[in-house]
This record gives sequence, structure tokens and C-alpha cells, in this order.
Amino acid sequence: MYSFDYHCPVDLAAARSLYAEAEDPMYLSGGMTLIPSMKQRLAAPSDLIDLSGLQELQGIELIDSQGRTGIRVGALSRHNEVAGNALVLSQLPVLAQVASSIGDNQVRNRGTLGGSVANSDPAADLPAALLGLQAVINTQDRQIPADEFFHDLFETALAADDVLVSVDFAVPLRATYQKFRNPASGYAVVGVLVAEYASGCRVGVTGAGPCAFRACALEDALNHSFVPEVLNDVEVPDAGFNSDLHASSEYRAHLVKVLAKRAVNELNQQR
Amino acid sequence: MNVSLRVNGESYTLDVAPNTLLVSVLREHLGLTGTHVGCDTSQCGACTIHVDGRAVKSCAILAVQVQDAEVLTIEGLGSVDELHPMQQAFRDCHGLQCGFCTPGMIMQAVDLVSQAETFDADAIRQGMEGNLCRCTGYQNIVAAVTEGAAALKAKSGET
Repeated sequence: MYSFDYHCPVDLAAARSLYAEAEDPMYLSGGMTLIPSMKQRLAAPSDLIDLSGLQELQGIELIDSQGRTGIRVGALSRHNEVAGNALVLSQLPVLAQVASSIGDNQVRNRGTLGGSVANSDPAADLPAALLGLQAVINTQDRQIPADEFFHDLFETALAADDVLVSVDFAVPLRATYQKFRNPASGYAVVGVLVAEYASGCRVGVTGAGPCAFRACALEDALNHSFVPEVLNDVEVPDAGFNSDLHASSEYRAHLVKVLAKRAVNELNQQR
Repeated sequence: MNVSLRVNGESYTLDVAPNTLLVSVLREHLGLTGTHVGCDTSQCGACTIHVDGRAVKSCAILAVQVQDAEVLTIEGLGSVDELHPMQQAFRDCHGLQCGFCTPGMIMQAVDLVSQAETFDADAIRQGMEGNLCRCTGYQNIVAAVTEGAAALKAKSGET
């Protein structure tokens, strides 16, 4: 690992001004991606600004979002904290389901929701949840809908100096996450989150493309009829999908449909 | 940079470079070589220790990130004369062959069994997925964690 200067600011304003003053800084959250990347010299910031002391980024609370129930999750919430949080388990159990499927126990004890979302790894689980659960990403001065947040491989709507403060999730009528795990890494080869709202159904997909996306064709079909069979005739084109030693793009496109059908089936059994 | 932390109940203040990993501090500065570096890419779990009571991989944490934290390593878990119940279970069940992964396995197992009342073999395999063993084929590790969990439960019932 190259050398760097380390800072541990106590509030958001201090973190932002440290960022502005440094030559080539990066924010550090749980570090479960960044530190291994720095060890491999894939990242070499001049300054690391550790956000772990920022109160503004902590806590999980119930919120009112435009007259509907929502859950606000602070960016520093560790995956195991989200998975075991009483409010999340009672109001938004699908988020606990997603959080508990990330990596392994040691990683979930350390990795944070904000860090994972800001990183936008193509195979991370949480981005599918943000898209499926009508999330809004709060920074120090902006609110970004999840639909406009994920741009490309490790690219998001965040500017380099933006701090992801929290994420607001809208509580759905029902939702579930289906994941085809890479057996070695635990990452999603493909992950599909299906959520039903009064306004319609949403399908968030991760692992398949360069970043997470909504499968709008699947949503349209499910809004017509919420049964797995309705997806049989829907095309999921594999153009632009990831292709690697784990799975071809064609196989990933197939998995999107299979996992969406499993999710719908599971939700219909809960009815 | 100065870092103050407690390791196995002892307080330390160390002068470390910001790019020093926690595992290096434990092994090289404090001589606690029970914590192992296996893969050094946060896959294998051999470096698992507890920070503030939870299992983490010490090869993926900077020493400067654990300012004021309470760290527990395998050396602080039990002693040669008085093994921790999970250590005893690994010994009794032959849950190791070469032993390289064992400190990490035990530290993770102790965290795992503190999270729920009962565990079946599937839950143990899932819970231990962040720890790799190249010798045992895992059968005896699962048996050891099962027995260690029961021993810990019995012990907590006594007190």
C-alpha cells in the first residue's frame, strides 16, 4: 500500500473542507472495498478522510416521505446493523434480507450501506434494493432518486467531493430479493429485487450489467398480471451485459428472468 | 500517528504510519503472532479478530481506524492452561489439521454463536463462510462449532 495522510474529521463540514484542501483525497467508510483496493495499488489516494466519526451519517429511523412510510438509513450503518435492526425487520424486512446476503459475517460487521452504494460495484446487492425500493440518496446538499443515481461501472451521480449522508427507502406492500450467489465471493452473479407498491411493481437488477438497473419490461408485464408466467414471453436482451469467467452475458440475461419469476412466485405464496 | 487501543485487556499507545494494517500491528509491533495472514486479500479469514466484540478481518483494517477500540485476539481468548470452550471443542473434535486457519475460525465461531440461541449444521456452514480451510473438508470444524456452541450455552447457564 502506498503511503497517505489519514484524517478523522468530527463533522460533515470538516470532512468536506479536508477534501477540498487535499491533493487527491478519498473518503473512507467501512473500507471493505477501498482498503483491499489500496493494498493492490488499484487505488492510491494522497489523503484518506475517514467518515466514521460523523454523527450526521449515523442512525436508522422512521420517516414520512410524501405521506408514505419510509425508513432512513444512515450511510455509516454497517450491513449487520441493518440486518439486525428492529425497525428494518418490522417495516422493511427485505432490506434486512439484502443486507444479510452481502459478503460474509466479518465483512458485514465492518462494511457500510453508504460505502457500498457510493462504490456502485456491478455485483453489489444494495443497488438492486435501492432501485426496487424507490430509494432517495441524500448527500450533504442534494436528494438524488435511485433511478438517476447509478450511471455505470463504479460511476454514480455523486461528484467526487459529495458525501453520501443517508438513503431513504419507501416501504412497499411486499418485496423480496432473489440472488444467484457466486459460491466463492458471495457476490451476486445476478440479483433481482421485486417490490409491489400501490402505484405498481418495481424490479431492481444487479450483477447483470455494468451497474444496477430497473427491468422496466418486466415491471410492465407484472403490472399487467402479477404471476411468474407473464414473464415467459418478455425479452431480456443481453446487449451490454457483463460477461466473465463466472457467467456469459446470455446466461446472466436468463438469470434475470429466472430470479424475477422466483421472486414473484415467493411473493404470491405470501398472499 | 499515535493510536491508542486496548488489546486483550492491555492498553497500548503506538506510533504507526497511516498505511499500517491492524494485523501488522498485532503481529509485528505487539508480537501477537496467533493472528495469521493467509491470503492478504480478505478472502480467507485467517486474520479474524474481534474489534469491539465483533469478528472482523484485521488484514482489511488500518490500525488508525481502531483508535480507542477494544481488540481481542486468539491469545486473549483462552490460555494453554485454560482453553476457551470453543478452543477446547476444536481440540476435542479434531477441527483442524495444519492449524493455520484455526485462530480465525475460532474467533469467527465465537462471534457466530453469540448471535443466536441454536445452530444447525447449515447455519454454521453459512456463518463460517468467510473462513477458508484447505485441510479438513470442514466436517470436523462444523462439529467443533456445534460442540463449542453447546459448551458455551451450558457455561452461560451456570452463571
